[in-house]
Formats: sequence, structure tokens, C-alpha cells
Amino acid sequence: MTVLHWATLSPFLIAILIPFLYKYVRKVHTGWFVLLLPFTLFIYFLSFLSSTREGNVISEHLAWVPSLGINFNLYIDGLSLLFALLITGIGTLVVLYSIFYLSDIKEKLNNFYVYLLMFMGAMLGVVLSDNLIVIYVFWEVTSIASSLLISYWYGREKSIYGAQKSMYITVFGGLSMLGGFSLLYVIAGTFSIRELIANADIVMASSLFLPAMILVLLGAFTKSAQFPFHIWLPDAMEAPTPVSAYLHSATMVKAGIYLVARLTGVFGGSPEWFWIITIAGLTTLAWGSISAVRQKDLKGILAFSTISQLGLIMSLLGVGSAAFYFQDGNNALYTTAILAAVFHLINHATFKGSLFMAVGIIDHETGTRDIRNLGGLMTIMPITATVSLVGLASMAGLPPFNGFLSKELFFTGMLNATEYGIFNLETMGYIIPIVAWIASVFTFLYCMIMFFRTFTGKFDGSKLKVDHVHEAPIGMLISPVILGILVILFGLFPNVLAYSLIEPAMAGILPGILNPGEFFNVHITHWHGFIPELFMTIGVIVLGVILYLSMSKWQKTAFYLGERDIFNYAYDYGYDGLIKGSQWITRIQMTGRLRDYFIYMCGFMILLIGYTMYKFNLPSFNTMELSPIEPFIWIVAIVFIGSVIAVPFINNRLGLIILTGVTGYIVALFFVVFRAPDLALTQLLVETVTVILFMLAFYHLPKLKKEKTSKGIHAIKLIISISFGVMITLVSLSAFSMGSTAGMPSISEYFTEFSKELAGGYNIVNVILVDFRGLDTMLEILVVGVAVLSIISLIKLRFKGSEDV
Amino acid sequence: METLITILAGILVTAATYLILSKSLIRVILGTAILSHAAHLLIITMGGLKNGSVPIIGEGDANPVDALPQALILTSIVISFAVTAVSLVLAYRTYQETGTDKLDQLRGDRNE
Repeated sequence: MTVLHWATLSPFLIAILIPFLYKYVRKVHTGWFVLLLPFTLFIYFLSFLSSTREGNVISEHLAWVPSLGINFNLYIDGLSLLFALLITGIGTLVVLYSIFYLSDIKEKLNNFYVYLLMFMGAMLGVVLSDNLIVIYVFWEVTSIASSLLISYWYGREKSIYGAQKSMYITVFGGLSMLGGFSLLYVIAGTFSIRELIANADIVMASSLFLPAMILVLLGAFTKSAQFPFHIWLPDAMEAPTPVSAYLHSATMVKAGIYLVARLTGVFGGSPEWFWIITIAGLTTLAWGSISAVRQKDLKGILAFSTISQLGLIMSLLGVGSAAFYFQDGNNALYTTAILAAVFHLINHATFKGSLFMAVGIIDHETGTRDIRNLGGLMTIMPITATVSLVGLASMAGLPPFNGFLSKELFFTGMLNATEYGIFNLETMGYIIPIVAWIASVFTFLYCMIMFFRTFTGKFDGSKLKVDHVHEAPIGMLISPVILGILVILFGLFPNVLAYSLIEPAMAGILPGILNPGEFFNVHITHWHGFIPELFMTIGVIVLGVILYLSMSKWQKTAFYLGERDIFNYAYDYGYDGLIKGSQWITRIQMTGRLRDYFIYMCGFMILLIGYTMYKFNLPSFNTMELSPIEPFIWIVAIVFIGSVIAVPFINNRLGLIILTGVTGYIVALFFVVFRAPDLALTQLLVETVTVILFMLAFYHLPKLKKEKTSKGIHAIKLIISISFGVMITLVSLSAFSMGSTAGMPSISEYFTEFSKELAGGYNIVNVILVDFRGLDTMLEILVVGVAVLSIISLIKLRFKGSEDV
Repeated sequence: METLITILAGILVTAATYLILSKSLIRVILGTAILSHAAHLLIITMGGLKNGSVPIIGEGDANPVDALPQALILTSIVISFAVTAVSLVLAYRTYQETGTDKLDQLRGDRNE
């Protein structure tokens, strides 16, 4: 256990203390204690910056289950560090914000902070671990913590619905991912990511390459809300706003991005990886931005905007993975997309976090998030309005904010993709920038809608539930203002990030492309001259403004009036259908009738054994070893058959008992014929007692009636019983013939030989029962004892149904 | 002889299965009792029905029949008797408590 291990696990350890702090220190808001942890971790992770900048990596080992190759190995390079800083940095701000957002009187803060810390620790584990199985463990903990946080107000039906939905979808993806990881282990024999990257060519050449890749990507796409798995994210907006800001904008939804970036070194350079990720990302980008325009709820807009921005980052990772194909690190043509992805990842975390917090403030102060009821808040909430303006302008991609820079780089990366000349890009490639551009127009549009509908226009207090609307308390504003300042800072001085964070992260995503001592060329500027990207941006702005101004024309269309994503219907119908289908299947087969279950059992055995016998050319008969039949046996057999066949059809109780007795006594007679005196004796006694028991029981039981069954059921009964009997007969005959031809001597000769010598007994059967195989007899006595006790308790104990048994 | 006994056992199995598939509890118990007869006959048949003496040393020739299946059957007879007895008492108590021995009526609600 090194310092780094303790740092990763520290949130879990602190989470244990939270309930005690909440219970015994009621004067102070619990959040203040929590705040120390992410802040300390943030400072701690900042200390690694200098080493990753020089291209060094830190790795710490800790054996967990070494025999299975599962080790809790931590590994810090530029990519992990970027995510760790995001998690702890945004975590600090979110905890600070939540201290003012959640009241310590009305809310159960102990739950909230325990879940939040659990999530933080799991997320750190995901980004710092080097071992796939450890990543999977932490991955599922993030799913669980996220569901707990979404359903924080568990009294609300919608919270529960959203939590369930996110749980099902992300856990489905997580399990697929586990399958993918297992396949990778099968291919390369290791769970370590770095060893996998070193063996990337083995993975590439394997026949399991594609299934492993698709399964891993399912995990990444579900977590990162890619199309069509994005439907859980809008419903996750039922969570408290700090949770939405933290989980559903900055950290958890980027776990899938992290996974894709991390495994680019393993799968990158293959056309499947390129196309799957690019297409998924672009579809998500377009679908998310178009859907965001339709939303009326501020958080709904932000949810779909998050979806579309995640799609943007994902598509950039897809396009950038082609750099592996060319193995050329210093040609910006291939690596710009990765640069844009990393840069936009940072930018998105800053502006989306601040926007969520701003929306939380509006919700907190006005009591509504519906843009149809809001308006004119600019003068009432000047600071919130400013922060929102900065964040939205950045999201829309306006200069001088950071969103503009990453949007330019995004266009550059997408345009570059058309020049690769691989993977059929010369024909299909032109679709990529076109889709990206259309999505950007819609992004611009919903940013405008969000700002102007909320802050400009006429203030109408009558629509709000709160009497007196005013600016939020200062504590709530600290975090969004800090993030807003970061947006501006990164916009004005992007090169602060360039070689400290972005370049090491790129080296982490594209391992082994650079020669030792080389660095990616990261230089972000505002002005490139008159290039296509600039005209694209101008086009986005112009078209967006035109669309916004003509909003009154398309506001009445069905497109705008509908809010819910159509894929929700698929999910809901699928969910209901699954439940109804399972119930239907259960209703069909679980009838509650003993007869039906017995028919299943017998039918299955008949089919199975019948098929096996057919397969091995059975039944076989052997007439060699048969013993002769004495004449009187025939008479006995005929009587026996008659009585047995008559038993099921008799409706007279006495007759039934007598016939059953007859069969039992004839069995005893057979034992006499087969020279088994002890058996005959026992059988006679037992049969007598059984007959007496039947008599006693029948005295208390109702009269037997002729069974009323339909002809069909009757036929089935006959078929099943006859075929079952025939099958047993055939199996026994075959077994006997095979046993006699196998030539294995019986072990009984030993008993015959040594019965007198070793056990001092003459009756061989009895010697076997009490001497050679005494255990059977002891336990058989136990069986009889238990039977006696249960009969006594059945008769003696009479419960009315309310006693404590 | 073995073939004949095996066929008899098959007939026993047929009757037992038919009984177990019926609607009244008492017939099901009868079916299980009859099924055990079939099993016992099969066990002794599988050991072979050679002509030999009773498996007691000092009785007749020095070639007794196989004693092991007999020991197994003896154990089995006792166990099946115990099970039959318990089932019978269970049926009797069931009838006392519920007033029926019809399995369809003992089924309870559809959704239980």
C-alpha cells in the first residue's frame, strides 16, 4: 500500500466516518468536512504534473488476487492525471456548491455525502487502475453510486424510474465490458492495460478481436450515453443539481470516453474501431443537439447538450485513432483530432459544470426550471446571468472563450479526416464534417434559446411559486464563478494547458507513436487566417441566429412540441414486454398442477434417453446369459400383470387395497423364487403393515371417485406412462445384456468367500448389512426414526396458523 | 427369466406413472409405492437370476446367488416403506385440514 493507493481509496475510508459526523456534529454542515478530501487530493495530484510533463509515468503495484492475474496496480500518465484532476477539482467545487444547495435541516446529508464519496473513490479507481478487472469493479461501483444519487429523493416516482433506468442500462454495458475484458485476457493472457498495449499486434491478429472490441465498446457507449443508450441521461436529471453537475456532466459520463481513449492503444488503427466510434459519436452529436432544442426544462436541455458534446468527443477519438494507422506522431493532420478531444474534454467539464450550477441556482431561487415560465432574470440575478452567458457562449463556440478553440480544432480534425485516404474515407469522409457542422448549428441554437428565454424578456412573478426572487447567496456562487473564470482563462491563454496537461494526455492516448524524446506539437491559437474552419464557424453563427429569430414559425410544429426522446418508448415497451413476456411464459408452464410437472419430467427423460439410445444403436439384446423360466412362473406373472393393470382403474377402495397387497405379495413370492429369504420375509412384513396403513388412512379419506378427465389428457397420460414403462424396460434389458458381455466379475465372490472368515457370519446378506456395509443400515435406521418422528409431529401438532413455530 | 421380470417391472412402472399422473393424492401415493416394487425387481434382476443356492453358507452347494443386490433391496424396502408411511399420514392430515384430496383443489391461487 503506497501513498497513491491510500489516496485512491481515501474517499471510501472517509465515507465511513460521514454518518458519525452527521449524527454528532450537527452544528456544522457535513459538507465542510467532506470538502477537505477532494481539495487535498487535488493538490496531491497536481504534484504529479511535473513528472508527467516530461513523459514519465508512475506505477505502483499491489497484489490482490495474483493467482488470477488481478492486481490493484495504479498507473499515472498524462491521461489518468487529467481525469484525476477533473474528478478531484470539479469534486471540490461541487461539494462546496452542495453545502449551500442542500439544507442540513431538511435533507439526509449523511446519505448524500456517503454516496458522493463512494462515487468519487470509484471514479478515481477507474481512471488510475492499470488492471482491467479492477477497472471493472470500480466501474460497477460508479454505476451503483450513480443510481443511489439519482434516487436521492426516493419518495419521488420519477427519481426511482430514472435511477432504475440508468442502473439497467449502465450495468448491461458493464457486464458486456466484463465479457470484452475476459476475451482480451483470452487473447493476450493479461489483464494489464500496458501489457495489452505492448501486445496490440497479437490482439489485432486474433479472431476474437471484433467481439472483444464490440463488447468493450458497449460498456463505454452505455456509460457515456452514446446513441441509442443515451436515454438514461435525461431521466437522471431527477437527481439533485450538484449530482447532475458532477456525475452527469464532468465525470461519470466521461468514464466511457476514458475507456475508449485508454484502449485506443490496443484497438486503434483498425477500420472497425475507427468507423464504429466515429459513427456512434457523430450520431450522438447530431441526435443530442437536435433533441436539446426541443426541451423546455433547463436541465433537460443541459442533459441532451451533454449527450451531444460527449458524442463530439467520442467522434474525435474515433477519427484520431487513425493516427495509429500512420504511426506518424508529428504530423498534425492525424493527431489534431486527439488534441481536440482532450482539449474539449477539459472545456466541457468547465462550462457544463458551471451551467448546471447556474441552473441549480435558478431552480433554487425561483422554484421552476421551465423556460416557458422564466424570463427577465438578467437584472435580478446578474452574477448567475453572467456565468451562464460565459458558459453558453463557450458551449456554442463563440470567441474568445475556450469552446471556440476546441470547436475550431474539432472542425479541423473532421476536415482532416477527409484527407486520410484510408478506410473508404475518400468517398464517405465528406459526410463527417457535414454532420458535425449541422450539429453545431443546433448547438448554437439551443444555447441561444437557453440564454434568451431565461434571462431576457419580461419578468413575470405570477408564474413562479416563490414570492421574492433574488440573487443566490454568495457561497452558492463561488463554484460557478470559479468555473466561469476558468472558461475565460482557458479561452484567452489556452497554451497554459498545452504542454502541462494536453500533450501528456495525448501521449497517453497514442502510446508508442512518438519516438523517445519527441513531443506532440500542441499549439492552440485564436487566429489561423481565413481557413475553412473559420467560415464554418461564421456559417454556424449566421444560421443559428436566423433559426432563433424564426423560432415563432417552428415553435408550433410537432417537432418542437414533443419533448420525450422516441427511444424512451422503445425502452419502456421493451421493459414492460420483458416483464409481461416472462409472466406469460411462467403462467404457461408453472400451472401448479403436480401432473403437469410430472409430465415435463417424464417427457424430458423419455426424449433424452430415447435420443441417447437411438444415437448408440441400442437397445441391444442378449439371450446368452438368461436363466430358464419354470412353468408356474407364467401363472404368477399373468396374475401379477392383471392385478397391476387393474390398480389404476379401480374405484372401489377395498378392491384397490387388496390389489395393491396382491402385487406386493407376488413381489415377495418372486423373492422366494430368486432365493432371497431375507427379502421375502421383509417384503411380506412391510407389505402387511403398508396394507394396514392404507386401511387406516382410507378410513379417514373420502371415497374414491372415477377420475373425470378429458379424452386428450387421458391419451397423454396413457402415452407418457406406457412410453416411460417401455423405456425403463429397454434400458434395463440393454444394461443387463451389456453387463453380461462386459466380462466384469461381480464383487460378491469376495463376500461369499470371506463372510465366515472375516465376519464370522453365515448369512451373507446379513453380514453385508451389518458388517461389510454397516453405514447404509445405520442411516436407514435414521430414516425410519425420522419418519416416525415426522408422523408423530404431523398427527400431534395442530397449528392454527398464528403460532410462532 | 430376466427378460420376463424386466417386462414385469416395466408394466409396474407404467401403472405407477399412470397413477402418479392422476388427480387424487391417494392414487399418487399408491403410484410411488408401486414404483418402488419395480425398482426392487429391477435391482435383483440386474444382478442376474442364476441358479444357485440361498446365500447362506452351509446351505446346499458352494455356489450361492449374488448377495449384494439383496442387501441393497433390503435397505431400499425399508426406506420406501418409511416414505410411503409419511406420505400417507401427510395425505390424511391434508384431508383433515383442507377437506379434499383432489390435487387441483389443493393448488391454491393462480398467482401464488
